[in-house]
Amino acid sequence: MFEGFAGALPANAWNWIAVWRRNYLAWKKVALASILGSLADPMIYLFGLGSGLGLMLGRVEGTSYIAFLAAGMVASSAMTASTFETIYAAFARMHSQRTWEAILNTHLTLGDIVLGEVAWAATKAFLAGTAIAMVAVLLGDAEWPSVVYTLPVIALTGLAFASLAMVVAALTPDYNYLVFYQTLFLTPMVFLSGAVFPVTQLPEVLQQVASVLPLAHSIDLIRPAMLDRPAAGIPLHIGALCIYTVLPFFLSMGLFKRRLMR
Amino acid sequence: MSTAAIELREVEKSYGGKLVVDRLSLTVAPGECFGLLGPNGAGKSTLTRMLLGITPPDAGKITVLGVPVPARARLARRSIGVVPQFDNLDPEFTVRENLLVFGRFFNMSTRQIEAVIPSLLDFARLGNKAHARVADLSGGMKRRLTLARALINDPQLIVMDEPTTGLDPHARHLIWERLRFLLSRGKTIILTTHFMEEAERLCDRLCVIEEGRKIAEGRPQTLIEEQIGCDVVEIYGGNPQELSSLLKPCVQRVEVSGETLFCYAPDPEQMHAQLRGRAGLRLLQRPPNLEDVFLRLTGRELEK
Repeated sequence: MFEGFAGALPANAWNWIAVWRRNYLAWKKVALASILGSLADPMIYLFGLGSGLGLMLGRVEGTSYIAFLAAGMVASSAMTASTFETIYAAFARMHSQRTWEAILNTHLTLGDIVLGEVAWAATKAFLAGTAIAMVAVLLGDAEWPSVVYTLPVIALTGLAFASLAMVVAALTPDYNYLVFYQTLFLTPMVFLSGAVFPVTQLPEVLQQVASVLPLAHSIDLIRPAMLDRPAAGIPLHIGALCIYTVLPFFLSMGLFKRRLMR
Repeated sequence: MSTAAIELREVEKSYGGKLVVDRLSLTVAPGECFGLLGPNGAGKSTLTRMLLGITPPDAGKITVLGVPVPARARLARRSIGVVPQFDNLDPEFTVRENLLVFGRFFNMSTRQIEAVIPSLLDFARLGNKAHARVADLSGGMKRRLTLARALINDPQLIVMDEPTTGLDPHARHLIWERLRFLLSRGKTIILTTHFMEEAERLCDRLCVIEEGRKIAEGRPQTLIEEQIGCDVVEIYGGNPQELSSLLKPCVQRVEVSGETLFCYAPDPEQMHAQLRGRAGLRLLQRPPNLEDVFLRLTGRELEK
């Protein structure tokens, strides 16, 4: 699998931008619908759960439930935006639309393409996560200006989940299998990572599991920033998200090479 | 340093134990139009992918435009334009945007791309379609746009996989005319086709591939002369088996394909004499063509 791997790596630090710009141009044509579409779901959860459950729950970890939930929604919407862009849109460009095939005939390498797609998915995640964080600020459920610290974390969350999803896209034979990634990995992670309730509510074993999940690391950085509280273990959380970005990225490239360049 | 545009030496490739390219060697000179002919599954597309460095060979040596492939394929691809078998234009983009986006994949600046777009649209006869969406173009227009897109980096070599498959005759002729124009400008073209007329019209030289092996190579006219060398009479109607035994003594070779009998006849008059008085037969006498060569080499039911 790794024989002649160099030919599949990114050729330089800027080739990927051409792929990113291609996707940006396509997105620009449907930008409004795309933004509204990706915001609707987390907003509904935020207001539905936040106002409904919030009334029953009172205060959670010393804040209103909706403010607690907002951080979870910022992180999980970045996760969802990044994942869906990769496993559906990028997968289509690789598979049925043959866009990658066209690009492979140019001056770009497979690595340039994957890097461009990951960067683009992270961009969409950044937009989705940032929009929700800003709504939370407007509603008084997040603190200004400490909320600004969430922005790089949202971007890093987007990169990590794009890389992870690239591995899934490289392995899946067709669309039918992609839903399993969503139902068996992403959805449980939302509940295990402290997005909708504190991790301390979980049994000890599940807390251990949660401590290695990428979404948990993301939320542990985003929630203190939104609530303007001191965060613990910042280097650990950032390091974990970086590992979740880098390792799957190279793994997916090896898998794509085996799939497309044989 | 080789002066050939493409050089393959003893190239081999197999998938899952099945040999798809079998110790194949060939050389394409600069400025030449070279055809790869073969039935479906002969290994033509695998060969084009190998030229681009996308499929690594198991053994053998490939040099494209003086550059070893796949080791330095990216450098070679800088000067190669590709027209793929399957349409992979961006349907959501306009004609102009397709060219713009593709130019960036060659590290061209927007200004550089804008500068060449008018001449490319002109070349592809799409001057009035710059702002049309690709989804709204006809099949012929899409193929011409794919050809224009392949020229964005001003390539020396153009690799085409089945360039006119699925096009109507008018669209096909327009593509051929455009390709001849490119050849007149000194471009090298390598194309795969199973469309004999295309190969005969365009190719300076061609090679016939079957099961990954080269079974003939040369100029189309030379191959026709060598392999056939006489007029062909096609006979429809009647019992081909019976007719073939009747005619065998007076023709060079007889072949049966389905309901049709092909007679390779240096002296067609003698044949006509044999058939005199038989009703219900339709005869078509014509000069030999590449299709005869292809069918002879790749196996039509041979009448022994």
